[in-house]
Amino acid sequence: MTDPRREMISPAIAAERVAAGLAARRAREKRFRLYGRIAIGIALTFLVMLFASIFSKGIPGFFQHYVTLEVTLDSAKLDPVGDRSVQSLYDGDARGVIRAALYQAAEASGRSGRKVAGKLISQGAEQRLRKAVLADPSILDTTQTMTFALDDDVDSFLRGFIKRDTPEKDRRINDKAIGYIDTLNEKGLISLEFSDYLIFGSASRNAEMAGIYGALIGSMLTLAVCLVLSFPIGVATAVYLEEFAPKNRITEIIEININNLAAVPSVVFGILGLAIFIGVFGMPRSIPLIGGVVLALMTLPTIIISSRAAIRAVPPSIRDAALGVGASRVQTMMHHVVPLAMPGMLTGTIIGMAQALGETAPLLMIGMVAFIVDVPGSVTDPGTVLPVQIFMWADFAERMFIQKTSAAIMVLLAFLIIMNAAAIFVRKKLERRW
Amino acid sequence: MDTQIMTISEQTATLEHAHIPDETVGDVYVDRPRMTARNVNVFYGDKQAIDNVTLDIAERQVISFIGPSGCGKSTFLRCLNRMNDTIDICRIEGEIAMDGKNIYAPDVDVVPLRARVGMVFQKPNPFPKSIFDNVAYGPRIHGIATSRAELNDIVESSLERAGLWNEVKDRLMQPGTGLSGGQQQRLCIARAIAVSPEVILMDEPCSALDPIATAKIEELIAELSSEFTIVIVTHSMQQAARVSQRTAYFHLGKLVEVGDTETLFTKPQHEMTNNYITGRFG
Repeated sequence: MTDPRREMISPAIAAERVAAGLAARRAREKRFRLYGRIAIGIALTFLVMLFASIFSKGIPGFFQHYVTLEVTLDSAKLDPVGDRSVQSLYDGDARGVIRAALYQAAEASGRSGRKVAGKLISQGAEQRLRKAVLADPSILDTTQTMTFALDDDVDSFLRGFIKRDTPEKDRRINDKAIGYIDTLNEKGLISLEFSDYLIFGSASRNAEMAGIYGALIGSMLTLAVCLVLSFPIGVATAVYLEEFAPKNRITEIIEININNLAAVPSVVFGILGLAIFIGVFGMPRSIPLIGGVVLALMTLPTIIISSRAAIRAVPPSIRDAALGVGASRVQTMMHHVVPLAMPGMLTGTIIGMAQALGETAPLLMIGMVAFIVDVPGSVTDPGTVLPVQIFMWADFAERMFIQKTSAAIMVLLAFLIIMNAAAIFVRKKLERRW
Repeated sequence: MDTQIMTISEQTATLEHAHIPDETVGDVYVDRPRMTARNVNVFYGDKQAIDNVTLDIAERQVISFIGPSGCGKSTFLRCLNRMNDTIDICRIEGEIAMDGKNIYAPDVDVVPLRARVGMVFQKPNPFPKSIFDNVAYGPRIHGIATSRAELNDIVESSLERAGLWNEVKDRLMQPGTGLSGGQQQRLCIARAIAVSPEVILMDEPCSALDPIATAKIEELIAELSSEFTIVIVTHSMQQAARVSQRTAYFHLGKLVEVGDTETLFTKPQHEMTNNYITGRFG
């Protein structure tokens, strides 16, 4: 039998052994810190690369080349009926008027020369001229200085993407056209300006006319539907599950399924929307209403989970206090628990909304990928959303679409940053201490 | 029993198992009861927390519940205004009556009950609202005040009776959570009395406070006992001796002994009470 009271290690030996291990311990700590820094470094590098790439391509996308022309607004040509009506203006020859001004400025002559010169200017020019006349009919029969967007190929040439020394047959722009561009340039008529088409234009096959306005409105309508549905339903579900639901097997199954829903790929929600809303209910495709409903389904788990966490974080002493003075359970919830949990709920909701704003896949399933030129006026008008617009532009071959895609990504990112900043602000502002 | 050579664990074991009486020692009944508990059993799931407790709570008197941790005194206290309802697994048998009406009867609404039987908790728990709103909350939800002026009066008199008015009258709109611990607890008392309850339950109201704040609360309890029936759970036997007229000693869910505070502390009839109050265990 051994003596149960074995001899203790003497303090001197213990200190020696501690000292021996100290160097290794410190090295391990240093190494660990280094790993952390490397990880952060890698993440930051990629972030910087991402932003550098988006900004370097995207910022030029906010600008495009315009030509300034002296246009003689001959009322006989522009307004053949003479009643200044939209119909009459559409019947009129706006294109001819603009081209006449262009031929003069570019010094284009001859049939073939005029044909080439006519293509330098965007097809959107006529529309712009008609709008100007409609807005102020008094400019008819005067000569006005007007600015029109140049065709996207001309823009790409001016930016140097289409090079002069490329053989003419491989270029999208021929020598004659280059001659006219040079003439216009020498006269100082071509300028690089902020692209109003990008912000106020809608979907278009012509790169120089394409803009995000329609998609932006579509996104807002979709998000509005999504918010109106998912916030009340999500918060009500969270409150019920946390405070009122009996703790039994059914609630448990519901809880597990809500948590699982958060991990379901978003495209599945799109299939659901396609099958149920379009397939069963026969609702029209491509409308923000269905987009919003589908995104609400996708956002609900996020909102429910974060709302439940926020409710659980409210100290039970507050509930006791309210119940103790005789508040009913609903009063306790509505007067104390929900207001205290609100910052957390709102944070979850805003983050859910930001996710929904960036979502593409489920919307492709319900047809919001359609090419829609009109800006949606309500949730039942066909429309598209920003990320889908970006997705579509990224598919187009024209050089200018690359810039516009990057510019649109910047707009989307700006909205996401604003929403996340709002989430942080809400959390900081409403946060209470107890 | 020769306690001198018994180890502490043996002593406790003996005390816990051999000497808990089936019948409560002392007089559980009083002449003018405000609340009456008859054969109350409380279960948390399968575990029995309160075992056949019968006790009267006298009107306008302070009764303190003492006993070692886990003896069921707080559980029993929370039964008196049905705060245990919030715990799903909690089940209560027996009868607790107020004005001859069982408060656990199916037709009883807990909302008016809790307005009549207020509660102050262990940790001060003011709402994260202004001092005024804290006190005004109860009257507001019960619709006690018919006008803004009346509500102001209620708030002022409640704070006055809680001994807090002079300290906070200039900052009623500031958050209640900004007060010191003792002030917060008095604010909670003001909040409880603002709905004019008949009984106030206090669950270790001073355990989170320093001695000076504790002394203030104890003074307050003495003052309030002229108007309210007060039930206080405390770990401090000195406190029980100072503030209460009657004392009930709980052990392992059983009510061991109840009696006049003075008698109970000077001439305890039951051996376990004696051991507890003399500090042999607990």
